[in-house]
Amino acid sequence: MARIAIDPVTRIEGHLRVEVQIEKGRVVDAWSSSTMFRGMEIVLRGRDPRDAWVFAQRICGVCTTVHALASVRAVEDALGIQIPDNARLMRNIIAGMQYIQDHVIHFYHLHALDWVDIVSALAADPVKTAELNQSISDWPRATPAYFKGVKDRIQKFVDSGQLGLFANAYWGHPAYALPPEANLMAVAHYLEALEWQKDVIKLHAILGGKNPHPQTYLVGGMAAPVDPNAQQSINTLRIAQLKALAAEASAFVSQVYLPDILAIAGFYKEWAGLGAGVGNYLSYGDFPAAKNSNVASYWLPRGVIFNKNIDQKPAPVSHEKVSEYVAHSWYRYADGDQNPLHPWSGETTPNYTGPQPPYEWLNTDSKYSWLKTPRYDDAPMEVGPLSRMLIGYASGQQRTQELINGVLGQLGVGPAALFSTLGRTAARAVETALVAEQLPGWIDELGANMASGQLTIHNSEKWSPATWPAEAEGWGAVEAPRGSLGHWVRIKDGKIQNYQAVVPTTWNGSPRDARDVRGPYEAALIDTPVADPDQPIEILRTVHSFDPCMACSVHLVDARGVEMTRIKVQ
Amino acid sequence: MPARPLTLEERLSARGISRRQFLKFCGAMTATLALPSIFTPRIARAMNTSERLPVIWLEFQDCAGNTESFLRAASPGVADIVLEQISLEYHETIMAPAGHRAERSLDEALERHPGQYIAIVEGSIPTAAGGIYCTINGHTALSIAERVCSNALATIAVGACAWDGGWPGADPNPTGAVGVRDAVPGLKNLINMPGCPANVVNITAVIVHYLTFKQLPATDEQGRPFFAYGQLIHNNCERRGHFDAGRFVESWGDEGHRLGWCLYKMGCKGPETNSNCPSVGWNGTSYWPIGAGHGCVGCMSERFWDKMAPVYGRLPNVEGFGVEATADTVGAVAVGAVVGGATVHAVASALRARSQPITAHDGAETLVEAASRAMDVVEQIAGPVKPGEAPATEPATTEPERAIALGVLDEREDRRNGDTQ
Repeated sequence: MARIAIDPVTRIEGHLRVEVQIEKGRVVDAWSSSTMFRGMEIVLRGRDPRDAWVFAQRICGVCTTVHALASVRAVEDALGIQIPDNARLMRNIIAGMQYIQDHVIHFYHLHALDWVDIVSALAADPVKTAELNQSISDWPRATPAYFKGVKDRIQKFVDSGQLGLFANAYWGHPAYALPPEANLMAVAHYLEALEWQKDVIKLHAILGGKNPHPQTYLVGGMAAPVDPNAQQSINTLRIAQLKALAAEASAFVSQVYLPDILAIAGFYKEWAGLGAGVGNYLSYGDFPAAKNSNVASYWLPRGVIFNKNIDQKPAPVSHEKVSEYVAHSWYRYADGDQNPLHPWSGETTPNYTGPQPPYEWLNTDSKYSWLKTPRYDDAPMEVGPLSRMLIGYASGQQRTQELINGVLGQLGVGPAALFSTLGRTAARAVETALVAEQLPGWIDELGANMASGQLTIHNSEKWSPATWPAEAEGWGAVEAPRGSLGHWVRIKDGKIQNYQAVVPTTWNGSPRDARDVRGPYEAALIDTPVADPDQPIEILRTVHSFDPCMACSVHLVDARGVEMTRIKVQ
Repeated sequence: MPARPLTLEERLSARGISRRQFLKFCGAMTATLALPSIFTPRIARAMNTSERLPVIWLEFQDCAGNTESFLRAASPGVADIVLEQISLEYHETIMAPAGHRAERSLDEALERHPGQYIAIVEGSIPTAAGGIYCTINGHTALSIAERVCSNALATIAVGACAWDGGWPGADPNPTGAVGVRDAVPGLKNLINMPGCPANVVNITAVIVHYLTFKQLPATDEQGRPFFAYGQLIHNNCERRGHFDAGRFVESWGDEGHRLGWCLYKMGCKGPETNSNCPSVGWNGTSYWPIGAGHGCVGCMSERFWDKMAPVYGRLPNVEGFGVEATADTVGAVAVGAVVGGATVHAVASALRARSQPITAHDGAETLVEAASRAMDVVEQIAGPVKPGEAPATEPATTEPERAIALGVLDEREDRRNGDTQ
């Protein structure tokens, strides 16, 4: 029996600590803890609701844009604002590229080194590596000379003796299963992806002025003007630039990312039977095809799946069923910590009861995280690409089914393999391919609007606070790359009275609830094999498969004494 | 034992980056740093040393936005060159090992390179409640910052949070969040690179400057490098001509917006924000927030979350600023200048003459001061200007011009009546 703590969990955003109990080489219990807290919702109180997106976007720089979008949607919902079609499209385009870029970075730069042994790549034959790559893709860079160059570069890096980010890692660990050529191919694409991601994100600079934290969102629309004939607007030239960047993004996804995932997964099929987690999946849905209030038009459907049941259509979602526990979180509820509260009637009093630093271990029997514990219908939920793909699959979306069935067929596994660490990682790649297919269409729509003289980017009817009711409340739902994101806002006398965010990693990385039911990370880690507790790479595989983002996940709800009189369900 | 470590140029050559491309990069760096071009060879020599500079990147109360910015190094090869040139010993978001092995990397770097590494800090540092609002491996952010920064060759605080506490430190600052300068007071060689996030071209340029000259770039009294933060956005803004001419965006998506007119009336904080955004752009493009159509939010300014808010309020709404009468009146006067002849034209010229000397080395001088002096000029020529009034000797204007000028003034009336407060 051994207990280990992994802190910091690296190759994620933010500060995550995982403690696990290991027995006979397998994880028998696990605790997920966030060790950082800032308090965005308190900072927002009393400010102009039109400013909230600028602040909220800064909840996370990895998930940049998603909190801005959730925020403007929440305020628009509260004030009853419909956005113009050009704004809908620009938001979809920015979000679409965010999915693509974020998922690719996640795989190559945050997750791949759990599966790919860089040192093994030094033993690869560049000619065989090129053959391997050409057998799975027609990517033009896959030549012996190219892979020789990469191999030489790594060799020189290793010979320099300054290993930097790659020192003290897990090279040579028995859990690495790829042959040297597959490792070299993946390392080459790690480096290529680093170049690629900074290029394709220029799309955000065109539409948003910069990345991270694009700056053209507005309550009521977008601030990037559209005019085919104006140099300072989204014009004919910029539409062409957007299309070119979308094509560049799509090429890498279809010719590098997806083939790499399939190739690597083929060597790790046992991970299709590990890391299932809680088996419940939630998605708010996103990418409106029509007016933003029309959930039925969402390209990614809204729904919830219980107990891995993908044979039936997903159940509809009601945000009234969202609630949060603090039984194991460093907060206190006025009426006791055992009962959950809906975010609109939620409350927060920080109540740190953990060990005083410097400390060795958390007291996991009581409170042990800055994350709260969200529940849907009192059940833990996994959110993210796997949830969205399962909900699309179970909803009968044809293209989603085609791609998923194609991946399952290539790997020779059935749909049950989706409920796993490998399934999570594969679903992310499938989703990226789907979004990459969809992105050019939104750009075309924007171009068509522009060409037809439809130039409106903002609905200004409710821009002035003088037009607002004395009190209003709303919620904004987004499917962020990492999963379901909700912002709730209450406005009084033109100011934010209360603001709350319930965030993907809060769902996935939460501590236990009052009945000691584990959250998705904790549940997924049970039964994970750990060959060497000093090098717990297997634990990293499953944790990374969720793509944790801790900065997003710690939030502070403070609505004590605030009675919400109106609950709106989209 | 490996042979002599390879130079950067050799390493680049090994992966197909030519000497020509390398020198092009050095030239771009020379330009970013505003150095004469004769420095390009010197930068090239400095970049070609064999031992890579150890760098330790710490993340505290952060969003990883500066890490993401760093990953976006944009000119061809810049990311690779930075990765080849420095030895990034510790950076949680991208390092391969986790847990105690990651901490071993930090320990080893501190042990092997005492006083010889650059510490880069991202995120604010919470000081309330004994520091329990941010811990890594059971240690507080504060204790880690003290341990790492106090023995660094230099510390670079990247982004608003690491400078002055950023948004976690915004009112009411629930966690006692502060920047490095307040968390570890008295650090020598502290460079502050505000921004939300900081622009990677500037981060890269500071490192290159150090590698080239073995010293840090000149900074203002706040530790901000002049080359990046020495001038007001307003002075270099592509829309400045529209400001001077009184052409303002009045509503989102109107004709002026589409034509790239001045965003001052939509809340732009460019007149009070020091940054090289207009000249360096973002993500390897010429685009930047104002260019894309939204006002500057002032993210490179001190405590901007409180001082530059509300986002859509005009600068005069910010407590302590006095630019309102000036900026609007300048607009009105400038409109009048079309027909007002030599007198008003002289005012505009005087304004330009006054505002131009705001250079790197008096970077503390702001538009408020420049505007204040400009008002003196206006009043000398046109008589006393009271809020809400045009200059006493308002020149004759044509009807449309008058309408524009009056529109400016009418809206100011609305504001004073609290419409958008």
